[in-house]
Amino acid sequence: MHKADSPRSLPTPFRFFLLLLTGLLLTGCSEGPWNNPYRASESGRSIVYSSFSERPKHLDPARAYSSNEYGFIAQIYEPPLQYHFLKRPYQLVPLAATGLPRVTYLDESGRPLPDDAPVEQIAFSDYEIRLRPGMRYQPHPALARDGEGRYRYHRLDRAVIDRLNTLQDLPATGTREVVADDFVYQIKRIAFPPLNSPIAGVMQEYIVGFGDFAERTGAAYQALKRKQGGKPWLDLRDYELSGVKVLDRYRLRIRLKGKYPQFRYWLAMPFFAPMPWEAERFYHQPGMERRNISLDWYPIGSGPFMLGENNPNLRMVLEANPNYHGEAYPEDGDPGDAEAGLLRDAGKRMPFIEKAVYSLEKESIPYWNKFLQGYYDTSGISSDSFDQAVQFSDQGDLALTDAMQAKGISLQTAVTASVYYMGFNMLDPVVGGESERARLLRRAISIAMDFEEYIAIFNNGRGVAAQGPIPPGIFGNEEGREGINPYVYDLVDGRPRRKPLEEARRLLAEAGYPGGRDRTTGKPLILYYDTTSAGPDGKARLNWIRKQFAKLGIQLVIRASDYNRFQEKMRKGTGQIFMWGWNADYPDPENFLFLLYGPNGKVEHGGENAANYSNPEFDRLFVAMKNMEDGPRRLEIIRRMVRILRRDAPWVWGFFPKSFALYHAWYRNVKPNLMANNTLKYRRVDPRLRDDLRRQWNPPIVWPILLGLLLLVVSAIPAVRVYLRREGSSAR
Amino acid sequence: MMAYIVRRVLYAIPILIGVNVLTFLLFFVVNSPDDMARMHLGMKRVTPEAIQTWKQERGYDRPLLYNDAAEGVGRLTDTIFFQKSLKLFQFDFGSSDSGRDIGYDISQRMWPSLAIAIPVLLVGLLVNITYALLIAFFRATYIDFWSVVLLVAMMSISGLFYIIGGQYLVSKLLHLVPISGYDTGWAAAKFLVLPVVIGVVGGVGAGTRWYRTLFLEEIDKDYVRTARAKGLSEPRVLFRHVLRNALIPILTGVVVVLPLLFMGSLITESFFGIPGLGSYTIDAINSQDFAIVRAMVFLGSVLYILGLLLTDISYTLVDPRVRLS
Repeated sequence: MHKADSPRSLPTPFRFFLLLLTGLLLTGCSEGPWNNPYRASESGRSIVYSSFSERPKHLDPARAYSSNEYGFIAQIYEPPLQYHFLKRPYQLVPLAATGLPRVTYLDESGRPLPDDAPVEQIAFSDYEIRLRPGMRYQPHPALARDGEGRYRYHRLDRAVIDRLNTLQDLPATGTREVVADDFVYQIKRIAFPPLNSPIAGVMQEYIVGFGDFAERTGAAYQALKRKQGGKPWLDLRDYELSGVKVLDRYRLRIRLKGKYPQFRYWLAMPFFAPMPWEAERFYHQPGMERRNISLDWYPIGSGPFMLGENNPNLRMVLEANPNYHGEAYPEDGDPGDAEAGLLRDAGKRMPFIEKAVYSLEKESIPYWNKFLQGYYDTSGISSDSFDQAVQFSDQGDLALTDAMQAKGISLQTAVTASVYYMGFNMLDPVVGGESERARLLRRAISIAMDFEEYIAIFNNGRGVAAQGPIPPGIFGNEEGREGINPYVYDLVDGRPRRKPLEEARRLLAEAGYPGGRDRTTGKPLILYYDTTSAGPDGKARLNWIRKQFAKLGIQLVIRASDYNRFQEKMRKGTGQIFMWGWNADYPDPENFLFLLYGPNGKVEHGGENAANYSNPEFDRLFVAMKNMEDGPRRLEIIRRMVRILRRDAPWVWGFFPKSFALYHAWYRNVKPNLMANNTLKYRRVDPRLRDDLRRQWNPPIVWPILLGLLLLVVSAIPAVRVYLRREGSSAR
Repeated sequence: MMAYIVRRVLYAIPILIGVNVLTFLLFFVVNSPDDMARMHLGMKRVTPEAIQTWKQERGYDRPLLYNDAAEGVGRLTDTIFFQKSLKLFQFDFGSSDSGRDIGYDISQRMWPSLAIAIPVLLVGLLVNITYALLIAFFRATYIDFWSVVLLVAMMSISGLFYIIGGQYLVSKLLHLVPISGYDTGWAAAKFLVLPVVIGVVGGVGAGTRWYRTLFLEEIDKDYVRTARAKGLSEPRVLFRHVLRNALIPILTGVVVVLPLLFMGSLITESFFGIPGLGSYTIDAINSQDFAIVRAMVFLGSVLYILGLLLTDISYTLVDPRVRLS
């Protein structure tokens, strides 16, 4: 036999295809559906399946700030507080702490003041936090010790480090109890300049000694860096942060300048979760970062889950933390929660799942199809799939389509704590400023910009037209007459109705632009809209906006640029009209009203007030309101502030988006909570039901493929006949 | 031949410097180091101090191309361009702007790209050449006519349509393979079938037409007539003689793309959730990570030059008349 004919010496490509074919056949022989993207060993297990579309940039709690990052680290790290899972309006409850912080107000000389002391007298606020004893960190190599009690991996050889690919290459792990020092250490990390914590600026305003600490440690770090090169480890324990003190093993005190009640919301964010110094010591060994082993990649927490697999190019897996101290599912909720089955697990120890698998899914179409096949437990609704999922009844009510209902899919909606608005640059000579003329022009545009139509066309009805800057569900948002913007809406039958266009035209004429022309010069009024959405999707949106202005005879010029240029225009104040949004950090009106606070002006102060709005009365009220506890006095001040804003109209108030979430019948304990990020521990799945439905929904259908092959064979018959005839014919 | 290869390698250096300068200029015309810092630090509560620290940490606080404040050679070397480009020539890609080692990421992500690209190339070649030879065999018959119609139609359809249509038909309707995803080891096979099939089918139109043209050019030449006159069967004429002589243009097309297989496919990887180098580049562009963009463009250029060199060498292997000098 010729060597080439031997099956042993098949060329590599053929061997590959044989193996591929074998793999496929084996896949086909497995029990579950053929299109199951998960491993067969995961069948029947209590696992949540979800996805992510973008690699989280940071998993370090001092640096992470975006929602996709919180999706992971909020399950791993435990700050002192958290939001109650079920109760609305949002309520803070203890997490790593045993109770809410005890706040003591002090005067300039450090003497305690009563709780109702006037804000002007309060020089400092002390937040005393008592921690839950017995919390332990997840198993981690940074905490592994040898027989003599020394840290096993804190002085690794460079050669060992150079061989590391993942953290799992270091087999030994250890743990220890979470103590107050760890919380203090983390606050120091927030202040440490090389870490670039996004909240360092805010905290510097409030935490006593924060700026001084940052300055000292920043200088010490630079000196060390000059000496050692690379990114050396500076032991922050050696530097005192005067405003943050360990009182004992389980108690710490944070001293703030003045009164800042919103600080308690920050305590519910992972920024304030404990961090063992050992982790920093471990990750700062030379060569670790080069092997991509860092705190930004491998977190170390005490929460219900730990990151078992971190391959953000493919999959991230959260596994139950074996050292988790345990927490009971809430025993009370809002009215209706018990009927909705949300209290069935009341008092039971969480978490209810063993792990959560997040797969990389960049495109919405595959994600949606996999959700329908049962391979993801929950899904949002993209514009492409909206009609397939949701329908409006004749009465305008929202309902799932029959196809969704047949699959047992449920829908949850909630107005998010976010706002999208159209801003006017108040520094602009035409639309900005405090003149009556500019104010009337802005009000006319506010009426013409029909955001109800915008929501219907571009958001599939997923949003609520805004009457002011504060979204529903946040203190200060009101219903009824006080909740209506009287400059844009009329109250008709208890509901807001947008004023007619004639009113906008009248205001425009009063502003000196009858029919959209300047009364003095006769020239048409041309305004400029700065945007980043110049693609095909954005075109319809931009045309619609242009049309709204055209209703008043105003010519709108679209100035499209990339996001960098757009931001630059905003920073320099060269934009005129723009659209932007804000997601709340915490459920407090201050977090929305500060977007219009003068000293936050973007051009002058680099703040978040992109409209550069400045009104002394509003600013004065803001200062008074921001440090107040919720109550009638605060509400009254907010009302006055909102009235000023409505009158001045620095924004067209835009809309508050509504989130729509679909979930399968096997996915339990779902209630939208737009503030809490650590909700994975509450979830429960029924894996048996999921497996049954997946099998039912995904039977492999082979006959079309066989039919196709058959057709190919049949269609080849004439060709074969021609071939045989040709081969059999004599030469011509 | 050795002298030729050395000369080509030396030619590559100014080309790579040019590519580097162009990438640098194009990137920094659109993005300033401040923009990059803002993108990496997030959208909220970014202070000027944080931007300065970020730039300082990553060496973006220097001037772009010329440093007025420095003296002597330092005017050119103490710049972002020089500091960030020099090590590329040692194939030290350094760290991404988010702090990860680029070389390590490339070494991890090239395998999924290759896992799709190699089967698509090999199966595609096999299918296209076989189909083209078949059409050449049945030239000027209804098979030839309708095949060309089909191929032109297939060429005219967007690659995205094949992907979405393939996912819809094979995964959504027939439930035969997962719609998207990836796994390690042999578990990856079930995720690769669909992208490979779609890659092959999507390339049949253009590939087969091109090879058909090559074969038809050869098929009327004297040596083919001679072969037939000797009484060789038509398949033998086609496979032994026509195919061999048409190999040079086929090789030109194939060998030049071989090194580029590492770079992955942008759309396919994105739609199928394959963690290859194609999606790595796209992600870097979206997140304004200059370090990765620069490394990938450099790598692409090196591989392209390598491809051209390999093509030249392969000429000598398939055609003894060609000598490199």
